[in-house]
Amino acid sequence: MIVAERKPFEEVKNMVKDFRKVLTVGCGTCVAVCLAGGEKEVGVLNSELKIARRMDGDTIETGGVTVERQCDMEFLEELDGIVDGYDAIISMACGAGVQFIAERFPKIPVFPGVNTSFIGVNREVGWYEEKCRACGSCVLGMTAGICPVTMCAKGLFNGPCGGTNKGSCEINDDQPCAWYSIHERLAAQGRLSNILEICPPNDWRNQTPRTIVQPGYKDRLAAFGMK
Amino acid sequence: MKSGSNLEKILRAGHFAFTGELGPPRGSNVEAVREKAKPLIGNVDAVNITDNQTAMVRMSSWAASLIAIEEGLEPNYQMVCRDRNRLAMQSDILGASALGIRNMLCLSGDHQQFGDHPQSKGVFDIDSTQLIGTVKKMRDEGKFLGGADIDEPPKLFIGGAANPFAEPYEWRVHRLAKKIAAGVDFIQTQCIFNMDRMRTWVKQSVDMGLTEKVYILAGVTPMKSVGMARYMQLKVPGMDVPKEIIKRLQGVDKKKVADEGIKIACEQIDEFKEMKGVAGVHLMAIEWEHKVPEIAERANVLPRPTV
Repeated sequence: MIVAERKPFEEVKNMVKDFRKVLTVGCGTCVAVCLAGGEKEVGVLNSELKIARRMDGDTIETGGVTVERQCDMEFLEELDGIVDGYDAIISMACGAGVQFIAERFPKIPVFPGVNTSFIGVNREVGWYEEKCRACGSCVLGMTAGICPVTMCAKGLFNGPCGGTNKGSCEINDDQPCAWYSIHERLAAQGRLSNILEICPPNDWRNQTPRTIVQPGYKDRLAAFGMK
Repeated sequence: MKSGSNLEKILRAGHFAFTGELGPPRGSNVEAVREKAKPLIGNVDAVNITDNQTAMVRMSSWAASLIAIEEGLEPNYQMVCRDRNRLAMQSDILGASALGIRNMLCLSGDHQQFGDHPQSKGVFDIDSTQLIGTVKKMRDEGKFLGGADIDEPPKLFIGGAANPFAEPYEWRVHRLAKKIAAGVDFIQTQCIFNMDRMRTWVKQSVDMGLTEKVYILAGVTPMKSVGMARYMQLKVPGMDVPKEIIKRLQGVDKKKVADEGIKIACEQIDEFKEMKGVAGVHLMAIEWEHKVPEIAERANVLPRPTV
């Protein structure tokens, strides 16, 4: 899932300081699961905004609504009748959701309520770990299911490097060395030969905005004149 | 001859090579480079010019390399993968070769988190093994990484690093083999203090036939103080400083600790001269360049041969 963190309140407060009617839109998928931008967090942020305004001797009118997914046109439609009358929108979704809302309602200023952090996993309630950088050319088959681009601080493809520190990464004793782990797991599987050959320079495909149309949908989109 | 560098000639002629190190200043102070260069002249075959070592901004390695050339030293131009993408790397390689730099050391680089710009974006477009392969392709095939022809390929003797002391130990010879397959000509190792592990690693390399394909220069760093030894033991990742070294330094009179450090280094150098598979020593006298003449003298590596 996409993992995010709520922005510091002062930053959010400052972003909407010139607006009197603000709609906070939560997202019911990834950011709700990671406790950053779901229905509950929408309520909390709105309460904070109201209290802060009142303490500043001013008022703010807030609205709150949470859609299933802000990255899906189908669910954004629900907002069509709601946003009118608001001066600004705070989107609590990941960067994709924020942009999709801003695109759908181009006349209304849209602000991010969270910092989108990474693609990761839920290790324990409230504890998330980054696992993927979406480089676009996955090597997990070679590396025993441990991503060197994400989990190695230097993104090495021919590791482990000389900074391996008793199984930890040189940047932090609490961070396992990705390549140490790769080596260990491949050795246990009898597949060390995977990393004996030189891995050539990566083909970085995340350097330009990417679009994917699944094969079965190309004709359909063309028929609608959409692609 | 791949590069025609002095280091290459010395190694090809079968001499025991002796290289040094010079860290560029944190500024454009040319005199500082010249001062550090002076004690190295005539005492080493080539000198490593570090590239933003410990992820601190310093005078660029190629610029300091050119000053070293002016002073009569042969530079070993270091390049790390942290600060440049493949375009910048290849253009710097061409520039370095065009201006007479003939040795190059390909490194990953210390992580930016350790330095004075921890907020910076680490590039790591390619890794050190891939960088070795890039220089090799440029030099021997006359092609850029992207495949286009080079108008006058660079002439460089290609170096890489090896750390026999980082876990997993059994991987270390394989990593060396990968760098050799990528095209490395010589290797300089991490600072060696654990001689047992070094002997094992060199023996494995000899047994695998690797030392016939690459020149290995053993990394030697004289300890200046007990504090330095402790710091390296505890704080420097991938460094293996056995207790015995610290005990030995503690066992001498306080005024004699630095001398004992040099003595240990000289004993190591003596052993490396005889060790099958080791082609020379890389002396990393960290911020101790002025001691190099004394160390070289005491290690009996003078005069340096001319080929």
